[in-house]
Amino acid sequence: MSEVRVLVGTAKGAFIIRSDEKRKDWTIEGPHFPGWEVYHITGTPSDPNRLYVSQSGGWFGQVIQRSDDGGKTWDSVSNEFQYDGETGTHQWYDGTQHPWEFKRVWHIEPSPTDADSLFAGVEDAGLFHSSDGGKSWIELPGLRKVKGDLWQPGAGGMCLHTIVLNPDDPKRIYVAISAAGAFRTDDGGETWLPINEGLVSPYELPDSTAEVGHCVHSIAMHPSQPDVLFMQKHWDVMRSDNSGDLWYEVSGNLPSDFGFPIVVHAHEPNTVYVVPIKSDAHHFPPDGKLRVYRSRSGGNEWEALTNGLPQSDCYHNVLRNAMCVDSLDSCGIYFGTTGGQVYASADSGDNWMPIASNLPRVMSVEVQVLP
Amino acid sequence: MITVTLPTHLRALAKVSGAIELDIAEPITQETILDALEEAYPMLRGTIRDIATKQRRPFIRFFACGEDLSHQPVTASVPPEVIQGKQPFRIIGAMAGG
Repeated sequence: MSEVRVLVGTAKGAFIIRSDEKRKDWTIEGPHFPGWEVYHITGTPSDPNRLYVSQSGGWFGQVIQRSDDGGKTWDSVSNEFQYDGETGTHQWYDGTQHPWEFKRVWHIEPSPTDADSLFAGVEDAGLFHSSDGGKSWIELPGLRKVKGDLWQPGAGGMCLHTIVLNPDDPKRIYVAISAAGAFRTDDGGETWLPINEGLVSPYELPDSTAEVGHCVHSIAMHPSQPDVLFMQKHWDVMRSDNSGDLWYEVSGNLPSDFGFPIVVHAHEPNTVYVVPIKSDAHHFPPDGKLRVYRSRSGGNEWEALTNGLPQSDCYHNVLRNAMCVDSLDSCGIYFGTTGGQVYASADSGDNWMPIASNLPRVMSVEVQVLP
Repeated sequence: MITVTLPTHLRALAKVSGAIELDIAEPITQETILDALEEAYPMLRGTIRDIATKQRRPFIRFFACGEDLSHQPVTASVPPEVIQGKQPFRIIGAMAGG
């Protein structure tokens, strides 16, 4: 019977929550790295027992750790993220230019085929690659050359938080940055294109259709149709059918199109999930009801999924890296809240149960299915 | 032997349970202590001082013999009691909460 392993990063450490493929009974293990902010903990598709974690904190800065035994033991790897060459400056909160300064790693994305190859998205926004399992990192500096002087930090910092790898073409990579927008490389990271046409940000940008500067919160793709992308922007749920060359809105009947995560069903490329949040000013669900919304039509028509989720007095947020899907035949959906709950559905979102209720603020959720 | 104590988080990271003893050639300064510490425990690189600039991280303090040495020149000798191994060189996570 398969084992399901949910990897949870929180503001005070990492937790590993385990079950079998029935996904009914769960055990919580942790905290690993107690007291550290774990922005991301994730597994490696080609070697599931290879885990990577990004931990950071105000006292001691950034640490990257790696486990080769599914989280039983950990060893630190390199935390040396040196930008390549002259970093230049970006927009600061007061309108002046500000130098690039490394702060932390938001997201780690291992290669689907090579356990030693992985990418790291960092704040201040940059993309790094390691080809030796995290022992060393090099920046892909071409990204910052795409009008980096016009990028600006969002409320959470100027972070590269989303990395999407094309399974059919390893040279094609998508990233998203708050608040700079979405970008694509077709040559393995040497050169990058802004892919923000169709995005409209009238409340955030003086030029609402600017080439860069949009606050993209998350991007998702199904591996069977890698040219179709779904985006949760600051406001608006968007879709592109041509690898980001043009986006169009698919918010449809959502109660709010503000939110953070967006994920695609493991077996249904046009089934998409979001968690609407009332607004950027409130950062909690509309009407105090925690509802996941599912579209089975690739957007526009959305249904509320509420069975097992709190439908009154719930004022938690769900952060951008805190939602994922598993690969079992009956697709599992998972998400964590800023209130420390982790919810799981073993039936594509029809029914939910809490698998952890009292963790620290959840910052990331990933899932692995082990044979 | 120089004795160095670490805050809880860094003891866990370095996988040590108590004080660390380091054999350091003179001159014994903040800089040479940290160089030796990072050589023996490379996982601590970047957690006490910046990897590139070697600047102390803002919320790290260095205490010894009842004194805060954090603002002393990094190339100045540490107190004789530390050099003689009678007192530890203490690396502290500064008060940074409410």
